[in-house]
Amino acid sequence: MAINGVLRPGHAVLRALDLDESVHFYTEVLGLHETGRDRAGRVYLKAWDERDHNSVILRQSDRAGLDCFGFKVLNDATLRTLEGRLREYGVATERVPAGEMLETGERVRFQIPTGHLIELYAQKTSVGNGLGDLNPEAWSLNQKGISPLRMDHALIYGGDIDGNRKLFEEVLEFTLVERVKLEDGVTDLATWLTCSNKAHDIAMVRHAEDNKLHHVSFLLETWEAVLRAADIMSMHRVSIDLGPTRHGITRGTTIYFFDPSGNRLETFSGGYQWYPDQTPITWTWDEVGRAIFYHDRKLNPAFLEVVT
Amino acid sequence: MTRHAIHLDDTGETFLCDEARPVLLGMEALGRRGIPVGCRGGGCGVCKVQVLSGQYVARVMSRTHVSAEDEAAGRVLACRIRPMTDLRLRVLGPMRVQPEAGAGPDQSVDH
Repeated sequence: MAINGVLRPGHAVLRALDLDESVHFYTEVLGLHETGRDRAGRVYLKAWDERDHNSVILRQSDRAGLDCFGFKVLNDATLRTLEGRLREYGVATERVPAGEMLETGERVRFQIPTGHLIELYAQKTSVGNGLGDLNPEAWSLNQKGISPLRMDHALIYGGDIDGNRKLFEEVLEFTLVERVKLEDGVTDLATWLTCSNKAHDIAMVRHAEDNKLHHVSFLLETWEAVLRAADIMSMHRVSIDLGPTRHGITRGTTIYFFDPSGNRLETFSGGYQWYPDQTPITWTWDEVGRAIFYHDRKLNPAFLEVVT
Repeated sequence: MTRHAIHLDDTGETFLCDEARPVLLGMEALGRRGIPVGCRGGGCGVCKVQVLSGQYVARVMSRTHVSAEDEAAGRVLACRIRPMTDLRLRVLGPMRVQPEAGAGPDQSVDH
């Protein structure tokens, strides 16, 4: 499969209870680069190896959580096609004008069955990763903190994850990669979907309340980097939820931790590549502990209950 | 370093917490239990408590979980309050009945 529709997660707009504190955390501890601020006061950030202008946007609010999650699509024609397909499917879409977010083209915004706002866009200014496109060095010396390669995926919580999956599969051409079944062996507790050949680009867990965020995840290159990230979190007294450990699902090595507003983040490395000739992996309820936390082999209450 | 006694009405537990430290972190640092632990950043609401008596200083908390009325009535998040005197608390958060061994099924062990 060539990746020629939805390319990848492109931005997460997160709410901050104390914007200055959050900007300090995201730049000095997580190590994202600040790339701009707009008139609405939103702060734009990117990971060092990302080419596009921004992948994390922070907005001051009196509530924690996720405003919206955006995916970049191949080009303007793809954006129009997907917008048409969404409408045919019965999803109301809204066009957010180019420039409403810094260095970002028109966005097609819509609500998915779990209540989350999802955006598609084709244009975002490429500012590069600092290495250039001609005979580049291997990595940038301009890094601090944890310094992930990119914003990689999100795990969202809400009621109708079946409706979400149907929409992502049938309209946006995502594919199911892994799932966890509830005790009845039929109902999905959780699903992991890909639009690329990553093991996941978005995941969702069935939850009593709609429009909740479990985590936004950032990619690190190695397990060693995951350990180093945990050290940096301890140096800065960052609230760690769990890890370093490994997920059975996707096989990624991971740390769950929280930003200063209580939004859960993940830094992870590894996991396998997915190809369209693979069949989805299913985890049964009696093995859900090992599926989520491969070494502890049990679910903790926080995984199911602590969301923003 | 000035420490105050934090008393949990639910469990009868008492622990000492420094003025510089949020109550929830003070509890955790001593390995004590009773208040559910979530994000520790005022965002998720699981450590919501009713302050029954005593003075504290609070930081900003998510309005999803703590309304202005809550805040005025001492219904606050334990991760965002630092004790200025001894405190008596009652746990309000949704996870206040903590399962003994996690929410999922028992860990399976091969013998």
